Amino acid sequence: MIKEQEYLKSKASYCLDLAKKLGATDACVTIGNSISETVNFRNKILDESNRSDSLVMGIETYIGKKKSSITSSNLLDVNLKVLIEKCYETTKISPEDEFNSLPDKELLAKHIKDLNLYDQSHIENDKKIDYLKELEEVASIDKKIINTESSFTEDKSNFILANSDGFCNGYKSSLFTASCVTVAKNENSMERDYEFTSKCHLNDISNPSKLGKIAAEQTIKKLNPKKIGSDKLSIIFDKRISKGFLGSFAGAISASSIARGTSFLKDKLNQQIFSKEISIIDKPDLIKGMGSKYFDSEGVKTDTLKLVSNGILNNYLVDTYNGKKLNLKSNGRSGGSTNLYFENGNINYDNLLKSHSKILYVTETIGHGTNLVTGDYSVGANGFLIENGEFKYPVNEITIAGNLTEMFKNIILANDLEFKYSVNSPTMLIDGMTVAGK
Amino acid sequence: MNNFFVKSDLTRKDVDDIVSDTLKNCDDGELYFEDSKSETIILDDNKIKSSNYSSDLGFGFRAISDEVVAYSHSNEISKDSLKNSAKSLQSTLKSIKGTYNHEIPKTNNKFYDAINPIEQKTLDGKLEVLNKVNEYLRKKDSTVKQVTASFSGEQKSIEIIRSGGESLTDVRPLIRFNVSVMLEKNGRKETGVYGIGGRQSYDDYLKNDNWKSVCEEALRIASVNLDSKPAPAGEMKVVLGPGWPAILIHEAIGHGLEGDFNRKKTSAFHDLMGQKVASEGVTIVDDGTIHKRRGSLTIDDEGTPTERTVLIENGILKNFMQDRLNARLMNTRSTGSGRRESYKHIVLPRMRNTMMLNGKNTQDEMIKSVDKGIFAVSFGGGQVDITSGKFVFNCTEAYEINYGKIGSPIKGATLIGDGPSILKEVSMVGNDMMMDPGIGTCGKAGQGVPVGVAQPSILIDKMTVGGTKL
Repeated sequence: MIKEQEYLKSKASYCLDLAKKLGATDACVTIGNSISETVNFRNKILDESNRSDSLVMGIETYIGKKKSSITSSNLLDVNLKVLIEKCYETTKISPEDEFNSLPDKELLAKHIKDLNLYDQSHIENDKKIDYLKELEEVASIDKKIINTESSFTEDKSNFILANSDGFCNGYKSSLFTASCVTVAKNENSMERDYEFTSKCHLNDISNPSKLGKIAAEQTIKKLNPKKIGSDKLSIIFDKRISKGFLGSFAGAISASSIARGTSFLKDKLNQQIFSKEISIIDKPDLIKGMGSKYFDSEGVKTDTLKLVSNGILNNYLVDTYNGKKLNLKSNGRSGGSTNLYFENGNINYDNLLKSHSKILYVTETIGHGTNLVTGDYSVGANGFLIENGEFKYPVNEITIAGNLTEMFKNIILANDLEFKYSVNSPTMLIDGMTVAGK
Repeated sequence: MNNFFVKSDLTRKDVDDIVSDTLKNCDDGELYFEDSKSETIILDDNKIKSSNYSSDLGFGFRAISDEVVAYSHSNEISKDSLKNSAKSLQSTLKSIKGTYNHEIPKTNNKFYDAINPIEQKTLDGKLEVLNKVNEYLRKKDSTVKQVTASFSGEQKSIEIIRSGGESLTDVRPLIRFNVSVMLEKNGRKETGVYGIGGRQSYDDYLKNDNWKSVCEEALRIASVNLDSKPAPAGEMKVVLGPGWPAILIHEAIGHGLEGDFNRKKTSAFHDLMGQKVASEGVTIVDDGTIHKRRGSLTIDDEGTPTERTVLIENGILKNFMQDRLNARLMNTRSTGSGRRESYKHIVLPRMRNTMMLNGKNTQDEMIKSVDKGIFAVSFGGGQVDITSGKFVFNCTEAYEINYGKIGSPIKGATLIGDGPSILKEVSMVGNDMMMDPGIGTCGKAGQGVPVGVAQPSILIDKMTVGGTKL
């Protein structure tokens, strides 16, 4: 069973009291417990079961403007005592930093509305096995599918965040995830693809046959890929890839990259960085939202931010330390964005496919080719060639490249937004990127 | 020696009894204890940004029957907690009738000393080096706008307890020292990153003001990139420099030769054993036995001594890398490649130090033979799709080659190729093999483990370069 709030609170106050008693002027502690149970299936038989139970403590101690931190998974009081003493001693000899401090008291979260992030349902491993059996039966119907691997995980967690200014809060959350990876093979090629479902509530996850069917279909579609020639092309990014640009955007507007000067979006506040049609929202209070948060990792309240409206950048993602550096108040984004999404565009998916006579439709990228300092973008890709709105053949072993500053201005969005991840985007078209192939 | 349960209500006899009882009808399995201590100290933006110390203690209990693995881990070390884990394993493996394989090879070799690098240098000493790095770089070049320097150190002690009470232990030090610098000139920003590390004390790497050479290298890479022009797009010849560019081998070939993907037949290499997969003259080994290297291990995380495994010999595929589970199911022996990130993770066959051995050519010959292509010297990271065999890696320092001469530096670009065929495109192998500086971390199934790579310069006849210039 997941540890209850009272237990976590007692550990947290033990740590805070001890730090204060030693002479720390301020302190902030997090105690978290998570239990995760996974069953893996492969080719319709049980492959692995995995149970994990982890309890972690993290503390930051301050002496004036000096700060140091410690984390540990050994929560016996005698061990905590040794570690907190060590943390305090390290703090003493650490250099001062004028921006080190706990968050401003008036910014700490006070009112907490229920976002329904915890489902106490427990799904026994036998039931997980039934789900995966059904999934793999459907996934392996086609003879071209030579390998199926699937997995079901139940995660439960609870935590307490407490600081010496009196903030003490935390909450339980749950996550149920099922996924399926299939491999298809014919005489010319072997390909892999996947599908998954992940929700806070057990009843909201997709049914297993749907998952298996989608994974198998997507994999078989990739067989017999061709390499295309190098060219400037319009590229459509499938929803599972387009959301990645929001991740890069969030990284580039984090107060830490801005304060350090290492972002291609530095000095772009209140400027046009996307076309006029683009709006980006970060909404922490989505009911059952995958990225929902009642407060950030420092206890600061989180409000909905319209990060971009009419293509203009309105906010950075600000935490306390970097906020002080930039002379900005924390907007509760220590730890990054929450539920981040592009608002829908004006064109439907089918019309987007028909918008150019020749389009590369990208379903997967590989590599870490995004440089947030320069905005340069170059990644490996595969997907499909579309001609006059029709999928012609699968494409692989190519790269796509551009610069995010230019690419952002050219983004056109379909109107098919759904909330599947914590970061979500409609299908996206970008003109004028370079495809390198043959 | 570390006694992992000294402060708990467990005795060694309790542990042995629970392990032997739980694993009695299993084919394999063990109890794995781990005690790790680690620190990270970061200087950034002219200040010591963070100093964090972490202490982690826990166990992972694994039972294997035929192909099925049951795993349970916890950081609560007590009789109750261990019994709960045992119960969880037994509930997965309901009707089992295996025979426990007690055989495990032994070794007296040690590839590093049982030191704790964190305790071997004072905090003051570490802060002093970081501050010197910052001062040195900012004084040296006025275009330096940002400096990040960090120390990370770790000591990991492990004990593996097998059925019957057999115990295997190891103490593993690991450090890394890293410098990243950002330059700004005429509105253009570029970064350069360099680091060093391995399984020794910080001072073994930092003696004779060696931190200065790390700074110089980071600064050199950033300066080169300030003058870079857009990279070309399309298929062309590629010359790779020696050392760290061997992550090409790690991605293109290494992952595809790990036992699990081949047992499951999901690797593009699974039916190529004994066949020619590379040009003649190409020999690749995976070696866990090189003294004090980042990817070296005295024993792997199942207790098997590591070794030097020949993967490809003169172009012919010879061996896969195996842990105990995949070796048993494929009727072969473990190559000491069973690794896990921590007690929270299951064992998988992984690489250690993956190296292409020397050939006969010189780098000069390679460059001279290329009319149009690129010369790639340093890389960020890479990734591979095991099934299709396609892999990528990102250049962080590269130059164009025009008619046998090295030309302008080019912007970072992704290179993409096909694993099973790329080594057949290798037309020259250099005689200048180098190890990487000791900074690599390999990710697989969400687990990161320290690895090394090495290679001489090589010439690849055809690869796709992902630039923007057509």
